[in-house]
Amino acid sequence: MTQRISVVENILNANDRLAQENFERIQAAGVFSINIIASPGAGKTSLIERTLPLLKGRLRVATVDGDIATSLDSDRAAAAGASASVQINTGGDCHLDAVMLRGALDQLDLTQYDLLIVENVGNLVCPANFKLGTHKTVLVASVPEGDDKPYKYPGSYRGVDALIVNKIDLLPYVDFRMDYFLQGARVLNPSAAVFPLSCRSGEGLEAWIKWLVQNAA
Amino acid sequence: MHELPAAQALLKIALERAEKANAKQIVALYIVVGELSSMVDDSVQFYWETIAKDTIAEKATLRFRRVSAELQCMICFHKYRPSQSELICPQCGGVGAKIISGEEFFLEAIDVEN
Repeated sequence: MTQRISVVENILNANDRLAQENFERIQAAGVFSINIIASPGAGKTSLIERTLPLLKGRLRVATVDGDIATSLDSDRAAAAGASASVQINTGGDCHLDAVMLRGALDQLDLTQYDLLIVENVGNLVCPANFKLGTHKTVLVASVPEGDDKPYKYPGSYRGVDALIVNKIDLLPYVDFRMDYFLQGARVLNPSAAVFPLSCRSGEGLEAWIKWLVQNAA
Repeated sequence: MHELPAAQALLKIALERAEKANAKQIVALYIVVGELSSMVDDSVQFYWETIAKDTIAEKATLRFRRVSAELQCMICFHKYRPSQSELICPQCGGVGAKIISGEEFFLEAIDVEN
């Protein structure tokens, strides 16, 4: 005989619970943490490379880098001045999840840092579904990607605390309507902090650094 | 690609519930998928066929119920469906909306045989 059992359970519940555990652990150590998501090539690693030297002497920073393979990104973070840098190779997975971050936290003495920067795998779809347990989510967009991305990837743009618009030095060469882009981003995120900047020229980095320092204080 | 861990999580929940009910077989799963959840039915189905093999859910049918996206303007409170290239409120042009539906991704029920 067939019987129907009511379930009503969020399918990614187990990940959400672990993310909450990660959050409590990071919080208890007094560390401010961010999860950086972006499509490949938007400038996540460049942003971290530019950010770390500007935080020198102000915040002690640990980075966790997620990549499908290689340790190129964590090597770049270490070279730029991260006090500690952990590489997670997802082995083909297109996103980090809470279990992977827990594994990385195990390798860090969190009490030694003020700021934890988690660099997610370059992908604008999957990471949005898997909470990690960081305080804030930062999305790095870039001018050459086009101004329609908030409309195409509402799942990723929604719930973002800070939005970086990188490569603004290319604005004269690309058809990118900043107002259309920001409108799409703000509909679902009226309170997100927005930082137009260029990792190449350094323009606009100051406001971003100020936001980090204020949050980590 | 993220449908693989999703399918694994789905199987785990279904097996736990079936075991609790002392079921011999799971014959159907009712899954609710919101339009904004970025989960693709066909992909979940594809991974399911591999991972459910040799479990009591092996022969289960996956039944998907799609939920469309609906937003509510927080200025004039008009409810609307977002279009492909516009998210702002079509009634007042307001920027600032809440997602009413479309982000669902949950297992609603399972059919089992004892």
